[in-house]
Amino acid sequence: MSTDRIEKRIELKAPISRVWRALTDYKEFGEWFRVKLEGPFVVGQISTGHITYPGYEHVRWEAMVQRMEQERLFSFTWAHPKSFDKASYSPDYSKEPTTLVEFRLEKTATGTLLVLTESGFDKLPADRRLEAFRRNEGGWTEQMKNIENHVAKNT
Amino acid sequence: MFAALGDETRLLLVAKLCAGQTYSISQLTRGSRLSRQAITKHLRVLEGAGIVHSSRAGRESLFEFDPEPIAEVREYLRFVSEQWDEALGRLKALVER
Repeated sequence: MSTDRIEKRIELKAPISRVWRALTDYKEFGEWFRVKLEGPFVVGQISTGHITYPGYEHVRWEAMVQRMEQERLFSFTWAHPKSFDKASYSPDYSKEPTTLVEFRLEKTATGTLLVLTESGFDKLPADRRLEAFRRNEGGWTEQMKNIENHVAKNT
Repeated sequence: MFAALGDETRLLLVAKLCAGQTYSISQLTRGSRLSRQAITKHLRVLEGAGIVHSSRAGRESLFEFDPEPIAEVREYLRFVSEQWDEALGRLKALVER
């Protein structure tokens, strides 16, 4: 797993125009992403709303639409709140780091290939809190072993 | 945070510190062609990223590694990745209806 980005590839048995609509029509996007958006996506404008995913209804959605290239690329940047936990959540994202989300579409024999990339995680400071979720406890983590191995190989 | 690690010298410092004890700047500078000042600068970057902590013992600064931030960021990335898996599954169900 890369430390800077997440990439997902998914084959969809639907025409590219259908997938494009599901991504860029704000009501359709809201349906599968589980967010209630206040208005359409417009390049260069901030999209606002709030999450409808159970347990996260207190979380505000705020994304700056970057690119919309018909049936090819849809992208936006968004901030990661320090905590999603209701007790410590803050809707002020002004100082939080942002990542770039890109949806790329390609026509295939069976329909559409969607490639989702979220990048920019290297900027994330070490204070993301995940109280509500499982955490690795104590001791050595795989990552530290990787650092040690990498350095051992290169000295 | 990983940007702080993206440097050969800092990776070497972290590897030394990973052994688990506290180290002085002298100990960390030993065997390096870099000056004390340069090593200190790198240590401060690591400190800023939260993976190294310093304390004072008399006139010396001592440094120690904290694995928690790395573990937390990896866990966060895993969480985000899982959320995307779920969301894309719902997108697939919607468009393939």
